[in-house]
Formats: sequence, structure tokens, C-alpha cells
Amino acid sequence: MYVYDEYDQKIVDERVAQFRDQTERYLAGSLSDTEFLPLRLQNGLYVQRLAPMLRIAVPYGLLNSTQLRKLAQISRDFDKGYAHISTRQNVQLNWPRLEEVPDILAELAGVQMHAIQTSGNCIRNTTTDQYAGVAPDELEDPRPWCELIRQWSTLHPEFAFLPRKFKIAVCGSAQDRAAIHAHDIGVELLRGENDEMGFRILAGGGLGRTPVIGSVVCEWLEKKHLLTYLEAILRVYNQNGRRDNKYKARIKILVKAMGVDAFRDAVEQEWARLKDGPTTLTTQEIARARSFFTAPPYRQFDAAESRSVLEEQAAAEPIFGNWVRRNTREHRVAGYRIVDISLKATGFAPGDITDRQLELLADLADRYAFGEIRTTHQQNLVLADVASEELYDLWQELQRAGLATPNIGYLTDMICCPGGDYCSLANAKSIPVAEAIQARFEDLDYLYDLGPLELNISGCMNACGHHHIGHIGILGVDKKGQEFYQVCLGGSQSRDASIGKILGPSFRQEEMPEVIQKILSTYVDLRQEDETFLATYRRVGIDPFKERVYAQGD
Amino acid sequence: MPRVIKNGRIVEDAGSETLTLDQWLAAEDKAQAVCLEPGEAPLPLFGHLEVIPLVAINFPTFMDGRGFSYARELRERGYQGELRATGEFIRDQLTYLARCGFDAFEPADESQLEDALPRLQDFSEAYQASPDRPLPLFRRRAGG
Repeated sequence: MYVYDEYDQKIVDERVAQFRDQTERYLAGSLSDTEFLPLRLQNGLYVQRLAPMLRIAVPYGLLNSTQLRKLAQISRDFDKGYAHISTRQNVQLNWPRLEEVPDILAELAGVQMHAIQTSGNCIRNTTTDQYAGVAPDELEDPRPWCELIRQWSTLHPEFAFLPRKFKIAVCGSAQDRAAIHAHDIGVELLRGENDEMGFRILAGGGLGRTPVIGSVVCEWLEKKHLLTYLEAILRVYNQNGRRDNKYKARIKILVKAMGVDAFRDAVEQEWARLKDGPTTLTTQEIARARSFFTAPPYRQFDAAESRSVLEEQAAAEPIFGNWVRRNTREHRVAGYRIVDISLKATGFAPGDITDRQLELLADLADRYAFGEIRTTHQQNLVLADVASEELYDLWQELQRAGLATPNIGYLTDMICCPGGDYCSLANAKSIPVAEAIQARFEDLDYLYDLGPLELNISGCMNACGHHHIGHIGILGVDKKGQEFYQVCLGGSQSRDASIGKILGPSFRQEEMPEVIQKILSTYVDLRQEDETFLATYRRVGIDPFKERVYAQGD
Repeated sequence: MPRVIKNGRIVEDAGSETLTLDQWLAAEDKAQAVCLEPGEAPLPLFGHLEVIPLVAINFPTFMDGRGFSYARELRERGYQGELRATGEFIRDQLTYLARCGFDAFEPADESQLEDALPRLQDFSEAYQASPDRPLPLFRRRAGG
């Protein structure tokens, strides 16, 4: 993973000093609320319903065990002993004290971490595939490109006061696990006609109040031009994006208003001047970025033998076998598996993790996974490089710590924002809805029978829980001061990305498990053979679901 | 006389009368100072950059970041004259403004100047290329 040199460290240290000064001025009354607002946001600090919330950056989801231990210690010393994994691969603390935030940032800087640009109208954390570098379907490792984007976007002087927040995601595999269609800019590594790898660039995707799937602005871009091209897009957006209405300020509105062709022309015009300028990437810099993401020292295994040993263990202990089947996946190196750690146990808020669990995972990462761990936008964690023969030992440890819930990719592996329990933007609570659904659908056999299912919950229009792109999406709405929930169906975050369609009038919180039950029964009744929920929905449309859910009882 | 930060120091400034963009467009003599507001992209100025003595870019609110791009556009096209930020920008933006090519700062509240000046030194390093340091960090790293 990337390691800071003295330059990176200096920038982060100077940022901490700057924010310490800003916080002191704010507390002394010499910096107004209005002025402090964007400054604290760009250092990750929100003021929430009950306490501030600090969002710590986890660049493209990668952490080492030292950083995990630091997060555990910070959550214990400065918070209530737990942390939350966000849908953009960041880590959130829900109870820090404002006056202590500079100290927290200083602690983070000590382990090469920060909270820079995790909020505010600026370029946010660049996200990517949680299986980068180990996925069998990968064309090229996206992480070096994410790191290059991270450096370019960090404290970029021109783009710190954009019309609105700006999110970039990078995908380097056949299957899109980074939701690049739902980002302001999506970058996709792609083989060009001449067999050379380059990028396809999408712009104008985004969720929020007006969900939009991104449009292609550049079919194929030579790699060295990545940063200048991004700069050209940002410059067009910064100058032309709407600033009169925050709900119409995202780049998706600009792209729609201009039309993608006119938008592309404007970008090309800006780019013509920036292209081949000093920000053009050098071969040397690309090689430097790549040098941080090389393969760890894998051991040699015989693929067939590893498989048969694992099969024997699985047969001897079916609970373990089930976990292997649900929570581990194929690795590109023989004898290794990718391990997904579910943070979706029944009774816990989705994505929450305690300080002790963080420390245990740091130890397990050191013992079994070359000291690295990843966060996922599904709010889970990943140990990317575990030898098959060690899975059983790892599983036992995870099991003891409540970290082996075998539900990855199934209904109860929900994406869920913190909602009205914490967030001051939310219209409605989301965690109790998630918990009620988890409690109702605890039967694993039923879950597995339902097959892959993405259920996403947002407590408001801002769509942090990505409800528009869940197969089933739930949105908290405010109806005359009461919390209600709207359901949409048929969203997808994959390569075949789509925005879900609203089912109909919204429901009260206590009705939600039953509503979900009816939707699922409709699917089970209508599916053909191995058809997934999404495929069934796409075949039959929304009407059968609507009829069942809104049918009048006798 | 108004006081401004210029080239890293607080100086008394006789103040140059600036034309609005409309006035400047209408004027025959292009060698005059002009002030751009948000929404007035610098495109019409590009053909006259060698004769314009001062471009002021106004920030009616510090949250409107269009002026940052205007400044870079001007510098990237070779504008060498004074580039002055005016209005409601805040001291915490000084390093960003400077790195976009501003070399003069005239805040609405000039009593803040003494406290603002040191903020120009908030950062000694930056990743990006900028008019005052034309090579991005990755090129300087490689050279050093």
C-alpha cells in the first residue's frame, strides 16, 4: 500500500496545524459559524444531531494493521468505543468532541491518515473495488490510479469551493464493484483498440435528490492524460455548475442542462490547453505509484490440493463450510481466498465495529493477510489475501468475535446510512428499519434461497445509503412531521446500472418488515428457475409487486 | 489609502479604479484595470492580456469558488500583471488563492490584514502545479 514520504507527511502535518488554528479561532469566537462551516467540513467534521461526527478518510478503502489499531485507540480515547464504516469506504466517529478533533487529526497523521476532504463542496475520497489487485476478473489494478488521483485532488487550490460535493470512483475489473455509474466522475480501466490500456471516463452520475446514471464523456483516454482530463472536467464544472440552488448544483444537473455533447466539447476545449502540460503523468510517476501496490510474498500452493483440503474441512464442519461458501471468494492466486467480513450481524447497526473488534482484526490481518485490510462501500471489511489452509483458524477467531455472519451479498447484508438516530439531515431513522428487517429475516436458508439481493436504506434524499441503486431501496421521508418510508425496486449499482422505480405510497416504520416480506414472496412466486430478484423484476416489471403490497386485506 | 497584501507584504495602495467587465468591453482603450464578478469568465480578456495592468476578481461570498478557476485561466494564458482578489474571501483561503495565481489581496475588512498575512504560509508543500510553482510535486520529487 502507499507509504508517505516526507512531502506527503508534511502536507498532512501542516493541515493539522492549520485546522488546530481554525478550531481555536472558532472556539475563541473570532471565526464565525458560517466561515468555520466549510473549513471543518473539509476536515471531515459535521455537527450532528447529538454530537459532532468525524469522517476519517480511508483512501480507496485500504488500511494497514497499524492504522486499524490507531482507529481502535482513537474510538476508545475520544469516542464511545466503536466506529462506523461508511458507504464511501471511510470511517466515521459519532461522538468526538469538537475541541479534541485537532488532537484526533494529529493522532491520525502519526499513522499516515487524515480526514481531508471527506466532506464539503470539494473532491472527496476516491473509491474503488474492494477486491482490487486480487480479483480474478481484474484487467488492471485501479489502486495506483486512485492514489494518483488522491494526491492530485488533495488540497487542490482551484477546486476547494465547488458548487457541490464531488465524488470519483475507479474500476479496473470486468464486474463494476465501485458503482462508477453513480459517481460525479467514473473512471474505468479499459483496453483500447490498439490493445493498450487506457480509461473510459463517465461524468454526471450521482444519487441524491435526482439520481442519474453517468454519461460517457471520453471513450478512451491515454493513461498519462488522466489528471489533466479530470482537471478539465472540474474546471468546466467549477465555472458553470449552478450555485443558486444546492439541489441543482451537482455536475449531473450541469451535464443534463448542457447536454452531454456540449459538455464534452467544453471539456475538450479546456483540456486542449492543459493536455501535455506539467500535470501530464510521467512514466516514472506511474511506475512509482505502481510500486506501492505490488503482490505480497505469496506462498506456493497446489490449487487442487488446497481445494480438496478446504472441501474436507467444510464437509467435516458444515457451519464453516457455509461461511466459506458465503463469505469467501476466489482469489487470482492459487491457494488463496478473499475473505469478506460481514458487519451486518443481527442486532448491530450495519457497518458498526467496536474497538476490540478493530484490534482483533488488526491482529488477524497481521497473522493471515499480510497486515492489510479493506473497507467496502457495502460497509463491510475484507481480508484480501488469506491462504486457504488458514481459513479454518481464521474463521474460528472471527466466529468468537461475532464477525462471521455468513450473509455477504444476501438480503441482510444491507447498506444503511446512520439515519435519524445520528444525522441532522435525515428525515427518518434508518437503523431501526434495518434491525427490524434483519430480525424478521434471520433464517439463513430462506436468505440463501432468495439469492443475491441488495437492500439499501437511506434516511433522506441525500441518499448516503444508496437506496436508488439497491435491488430494493428504502427511503425515509417526512410526512407532516411523521417518519415514513418509501420503497423503490429494480435499482442496480453494477455494470447494468439502473435507478430503482418507486413502488407507491410510503409506509409506517412498523409496516416495513411485512412490506419487504410481500415483495419477497412476490418474487419467489414469479421467479423462473435460478432467476435472481433483479432479473425477475426486470422481466415482470413493478406491477405484480405493487398489486401484492397494496392489496386490500379482507 | 486602502491597505492590501501585495507580494506577501501589507502595503498602502493608491487603489486603481477598475472598470466593470461591461465598461471594459465598451472601452476603446483595453489597457485598463478590470474587475470580474462570479459568472464573468475571463474569456473576453484573453486577447489583451499583455496590456491589462490589473485584473481584480471579486468574491461577493467566500463560498463561490469560480474566481479560483478564472485566476488560473488567466495565468495559464500568460497574464503577467497584477491579479487581485477582492471582497469577502477569508484568510483561510489565502494559500489556495495564491496558488491559483493571485498576488494581491484586498479583503472587504482590511482590519484583518495583520492576522491574515501569516496564513499565506500555512502550507510549504503542495501536490499540484501552480503559477508560482509550475511543476507538480511528482515532477519535483523525480528531480530531487
